[in-house]
Amino acid sequence: MTTRTRDRYLSDNPRFLAGVFMAPTIIYILALVGFPFVLAIIYAFTDITTGSPDLEFVGFDTFRAVLADPVFRRALANTFWFAVISNLFVVILATGLAELLTRDFKGKWFVRFLILLPWVAPVSLATITWLWTFDSIFSPIDWVLRQVGLISENMFWLGRPQLAMASVITVQVWRIAPLAAVIVMAGLTAIPNEINDAVAVDGAGPWRRLFQITIPLLAPIIAVAVLFGVILTISDMSVVFVLTRGGPTHSTQVLSTWAFFKGIEGGALGQGAAVALFLFPVLVGITAVVLRLARRREVL
Amino acid sequence: MRPAWQRADVAELRTRSRRRHRLGRVGIYVTAVFFAFLAVFPFSWALISMFKRSSDLYVKANNPFWLNEPPTLDHVRLLFLETNYLTFVRNSIVVGLAVTLVTLLFALPTAYALARLRLRWGERMGIAIFLVYLVPPTLLFIPMTRVINYLGLQESLWSLILVYPTITIPISAWLLMGYFKGIPMDLEEQAMVDGYSRLGAISRVVLPLILPGVIAVIVFAFTLSAHEFIYALAFNKSSAVKTIATGVPTELVRGDVFFWQSLQAAVVLVAIPLALLFNAFLDRFISGFTMGAVKG
Amino acid sequence: MAIVEVRGLRKEFDEVVAVDGVDIRSEEGEFLVLLGPSGCGKTTLLRMIAGLEEPTEGQILLGDEEVNGLPPRARGAAMVFQSYALYPHMTVANNIAFPLKAQRTEPSERLEKVKWAAGLFGIEHLLNRRPRQLSGGERQRVALARALVREPSVFLLDEPLSNLDAKLRAAARDDLMEFQRRIGITTIYVTHDQVEAMGMGDRIAVMDHGKVRQLGTPEEVYHHPADTFVARFLGSPPMNLLEDEDFTFGFRPEHFLPEGVAPDENNRIPFTFFVSRIEYLGSERYLYGHITGHEETKVIAMLPATVTLPVTANRDHEFSVAQDQMRYFDRDQGVRIPPQPLRT
Repeated sequence: MTTRTRDRYLSDNPRFLAGVFMAPTIIYILALVGFPFVLAIIYAFTDITTGSPDLEFVGFDTFRAVLADPVFRRALANTFWFAVISNLFVVILATGLAELLTRDFKGKWFVRFLILLPWVAPVSLATITWLWTFDSIFSPIDWVLRQVGLISENMFWLGRPQLAMASVITVQVWRIAPLAAVIVMAGLTAIPNEINDAVAVDGAGPWRRLFQITIPLLAPIIAVAVLFGVILTISDMSVVFVLTRGGPTHSTQVLSTWAFFKGIEGGALGQGAAVALFLFPVLVGITAVVLRLARRREVL
Repeated sequence: MRPAWQRADVAELRTRSRRRHRLGRVGIYVTAVFFAFLAVFPFSWALISMFKRSSDLYVKANNPFWLNEPPTLDHVRLLFLETNYLTFVRNSIVVGLAVTLVTLLFALPTAYALARLRLRWGERMGIAIFLVYLVPPTLLFIPMTRVINYLGLQESLWSLILVYPTITIPISAWLLMGYFKGIPMDLEEQAMVDGYSRLGAISRVVLPLILPGVIAVIVFAFTLSAHEFIYALAFNKSSAVKTIATGVPTELVRGDVFFWQSLQAAVVLVAIPLALLFNAFLDRFISGFTMGAVKG
Repeated sequence: MAIVEVRGLRKEFDEVVAVDGVDIRSEEGEFLVLLGPSGCGKTTLLRMIAGLEEPTEGQILLGDEEVNGLPPRARGAAMVFQSYALYPHMTVANNIAFPLKAQRTEPSERLEKVKWAAGLFGIEHLLNRRPRQLSGGERQRVALARALVREPSVFLLDEPLSNLDAKLRAAARDDLMEFQRRIGITTIYVTHDQVEAMGMGDRIAVMDHGKVRQLGTPEEVYHHPADTFVARFLGSPPMNLLEDEDFTFGFRPEHFLPEGVAPDENNRIPFTFFVSRIEYLGSERYLYGHITGHEETKVIAMLPATVTLPVTANRDHEFSVAQDQMRYFDRDQGVRIPPQPLRT
């Protein structure tokens, strides 16, 4: 029979303290994340709008309406592809950046400051700078390309569907790479120095070291970085909203922006909720895949 | 192959390795400059154009990276005097500080419980808290808007202060967990043997030692609040309660006319201080992450 | 000074049984050592006495009062950890004053007591320094001063000397012993070092796998071990143990003497000792080899430097052990049994 801490000494009882310490957070999250989540599911099964706010159960009608919409299907595909393609680039850039930033060189502090800017600036604001960079008339990129003679007329980065998608991906990669680099940097510093020393003594050059030692050891950390990047890309709404508003003609629409346009601007709350709900399986799916890939390459 | 010091061409090997080493250094600088340029070029352009005259900016042939005409402060003046920019900044700061406080109040105990107290459901609880990030604001914003309306908090900063901690608490708890794990159990136990209750031991010995972690959380939570877009956009439509994240993109556009120079000024004036702050605390963030990882 | 007692104490961590039914009662003012290899449960036992762990079964009594369920601060015991656990963000003076603050001692009285405790260990000059500025030996003394400043009734130490340099250790041991004798406080001391245990303990509790194998004075556990574990754990080099037909017998290396050195008595048991290697260590010689009839078991003999008899390697020698220095143990349990005639 386990002896128990006497009641008089409640402030010592680990079980009591654990409860008191965690209860506020658990209650808060249940109330402000769990409850709205359930509510979103409920809305998706009604035809609730801002005009008629009563919850009338309509079965799968709302879902059917949403799925029948070609814009929705486009948004679903875009959400997935934007996430995958962006994060592929992010991983490569971030690993390179992290390797660079763990070395010592003059002006490192300043270089680090510059590299952090894209991540640290509020997303919507950073995207505004890109709005001009991709402007149809005054884009500085076009200016440089024209000066160099590669093009004679502007590219319309945000006006042509393919280019618009590339532009959105560029901005996402640009803003997420610094965060991923920081995460990978943390992983690099966790690699014991002895391993690097052993590699040097064993005679391996920098490229071999990168591919056969560093990257396998970093695999779990890279997985974390990818996870963060994927969550950030999929759950982001501001880049597309500010840059293209989903255009031209819905070619860059993603689930989050489409849910906003349908639900808040259009007033069809049920449909908006249904669209947004699809974010959940996409997130869970990609998370599961990344975690499984990471576990297979488990090294340390 | 015989070891290098036994070979006749030892001198040549030495020069070759020195040259390779120097090339390596040059390579590092080149890569650094390349990445830095990629990262900063939209901002560098923004920094220049905030001082550009419209007669200079709106000419297709003009070099966008240079001030072809003398600089002007007109647009910056416009930003501060004729728009609600300062209101947006003030709102973001107020919300940031309040959210940070709430975050610390919730995340500190949670992180301690997860790091220290041996609970059977502790590990699962910890993971569950991060599952929150699989249910992002872009999923919840529609029902959340209704909840806010029901509570009567719409069109006020309180709506944001209430809801933002759902975003900041999980990651802050994770960061702090790393710091708590970095403090040896011995210190707490010694304090308990020396005469304090567990609570007393925590407040007198553990908390003072995780001050770096607390600072990291402050910077992090503040930044996350400044970034948040969709809740701010959905809850607060009136200009007086917008934050910089929503105010700048929506209000500095009159009709179809973008006040570009003022817009860029608005962005630069926020981005640079935040980046300076982050850069200063970067090492601390990294040690927080690694401590959590190394100690499991 | 209080008596420390545990009755039927048992501690389980999920599946692992760390302490498996321990009964110990200390004397007042005694220096009691808990000795054993890592994982034997000695630290867990100490932590239960301190109140940092609650037992799964059994009772803990301090000064004949049951203290089960009371948190550490209510037990009046002081503890020094292996790492010394000095509070890094406080000065030495504040470290030492910490327990007094917890007791809400008046500031003026606090100051006096801090000075007194610092004086006990000769660290008055360190009062304004921070722990990171101190050497290992200084840190240890601060930890001791902090433990004793409130004049506790029980003193618990968890391997406090293992973080010190070997050279410092002997001096620190001496200081600690002298100090304990002067103050006369009941002390429970955990260590894995049998030399420390023998040198310091009034009594030693030899532990293995959560059980106390033997509780006795150093003389008792060394010369009259209760089982093969105790026999092998104490003594360096350890006791030689050999298998006979249905029992085990043993003798200590220092009792294994060659012909010509051994006293001329007729109750000595002879052995033919093939010496394969000799280690000359200055103060003694270790002879490694095996005995005829037990070729698979390594046997060690220890000759002090005072014995100058030359011994050559790679040949047989005639050695013997006195009958009353031979020990006999049961084959299965390893428990000590009365003398048996040797068959081999």
